[in-house]
Amino acid sequence: MKRIGGLLSALLLTGFTVWANDTTQVKLRRGKRIPAEVNGGITLPAGFKAVVVADTVGRARHIVTAANGDLYVMLFRLKNGKGILRLRDTNKDGVADQVTSFGNYAGTGITIKDGYLYASSNKEVFRYKLNEQQEVINPESPERIITGLIDRNTHNTKSLVLDNEGNIYVNIGAPSNACQIEDRKKGSPSPDPCPLLDSVGGVWQFKADKLNQSYPEGIRYATGIRNIMGLDWNQATNSLYAMQHGRDNLNSLFPELYNEDESAELPAEELFRINKGDDFGWPYCYFDWQQNKKVLAPEYGGDKKKEGRCADKKKPIYAFPGHWAPNALLFYTGNQFPEKYRNGAFVAFHGSWNRAPKPQAGYFVVFLPFKDGMPSGDYEIFADGFAGGFREPAKSLYRPCGLAQGPDGSLYISDDKKGRLWKVMYTNK
Amino acid sequence: MRKSFLLITCAGTLLLMAAQTKPKPVPKKVLENGKKVYDTYCLPCHQQDGSGVPNMTPGLVKTTWVTGDKKRLVELIIKGMKGVEVDGETYDNVMAAHDYLTDQEIADVTTYIRNSFGNKASLIAPAEVKAIRAKIK
Repeated sequence: MKRIGGLLSALLLTGFTVWANDTTQVKLRRGKRIPAEVNGGITLPAGFKAVVVADTVGRARHIVTAANGDLYVMLFRLKNGKGILRLRDTNKDGVADQVTSFGNYAGTGITIKDGYLYASSNKEVFRYKLNEQQEVINPESPERIITGLIDRNTHNTKSLVLDNEGNIYVNIGAPSNACQIEDRKKGSPSPDPCPLLDSVGGVWQFKADKLNQSYPEGIRYATGIRNIMGLDWNQATNSLYAMQHGRDNLNSLFPELYNEDESAELPAEELFRINKGDDFGWPYCYFDWQQNKKVLAPEYGGDKKKEGRCADKKKPIYAFPGHWAPNALLFYTGNQFPEKYRNGAFVAFHGSWNRAPKPQAGYFVVFLPFKDGMPSGDYEIFADGFAGGFREPAKSLYRPCGLAQGPDGSLYISDDKKGRLWKVMYTNK
Repeated sequence: MRKSFLLITCAGTLLLMAAQTKPKPVPKKVLENGKKVYDTYCLPCHQQDGSGVPNMTPGLVKTTWVTGDKKRLVELIIKGMKGVEVDGETYDNVMAAHDYLTDQEIADVTTYIRNSFGNKASLIAPAEVKAIRAKIK
């Protein structure tokens, strides 16, 4: 029987060879018609255009530009053993023509302030002195300024921003969805008070120039924040703003309270204006953007409506629908874009997964207008089309993750799926 | 002429091969129950089509974690999983322990995922789940 099977397989292969030859040729002919990609595959408002700065660079997370327009990129996974890229565009056509890499760690956070590049792994923060050409002087021996931060996989990325007084702010996300003893397990209780909040679930402040700081040297600047990816220092108000990733699984953990639609839309992705000592309520509370109030989480006795202790928690200054995953926040201070964009916020939404089985959402960059440090209107979608035909995490083409403003006022966007980087310019054409 | 002969041979061969290697058909009821369990407990993270979430939740499509060793699959559902490398990639979300599912539910859902999303593998019976569960401390 085995022998017959082998003979049949051989025949089968021969049959397919002939067949495959035919189809392959047809496919090749079709493959030649490659459509021209406008704006590197994304859509933009009238008057804007985009060029691809670089493609397939690795999983590009947060990005920052130097004073000369060089683009520094933090990678989520090492590429050729390196975690940080510097891209230079020498002929000023928007496309990077020199790439160098350094750093033996991967991560998310990267920023520049007063002649130093700051970059984070999921546990530590390093800084590198820049020379006049905006190059890192000692790429293999940075100063380690913060160490020993908690990294338990979930929500372990450390986003960074500096103020104007020599302080650096680091997000330390909670390695948890809702402080359950067993994370995301149906029926597992959430202790009260949540013991995680001493060391995670907030933003910590450290000195930008001191070596080897850890929890004892840091200040818990704000608490009750599940996880932050996008944060920025608003120069107009001289204060910290951040976008929280809201909690998941309302339906799968509490099917008797929340249906699939409610679980897809709730809670809000909240925009915070953060002052020292603020408490935004996680894990006890979440913001319901449809009721426009902070309500008690079901783990802590909530019934979708009750406010309880959440009445005293600090509210967001703006609320987006659930699970869009805000991975970057940037206040636009350039002169290149039209006046309405000045001091307004761009938010890069990585795109949802926890809206399933309802359709996923996000996968775009939005603009939120601001006046006097507060949102002055509703958001509009600024850059879209990243997902291609599929707004699903595994099938989407690109997922926007980082934002940076160039010295000429251009806006840079990174993608951590295929590693594409866009430079968006206003051309008024 | 040669081509059509080969095509006929090809079709005939496929039928023969299918008859020869076809695993036991999975009862429709098992797949239906398995889908119910999947939609309730697995879909929110692993997605409707089992494609998963990059960096967060592994996909269930054509991976030996699903179609291979039954014991490893049943154990990870009962015990949960965290920080384990899957097919060369690490994932940040925790897989909660699903020890509260019955032997029948675990048998149905594992059989369902082993025979959905383009996967094809043998079914897992409730008695097999029971035996694996009994050895977990």
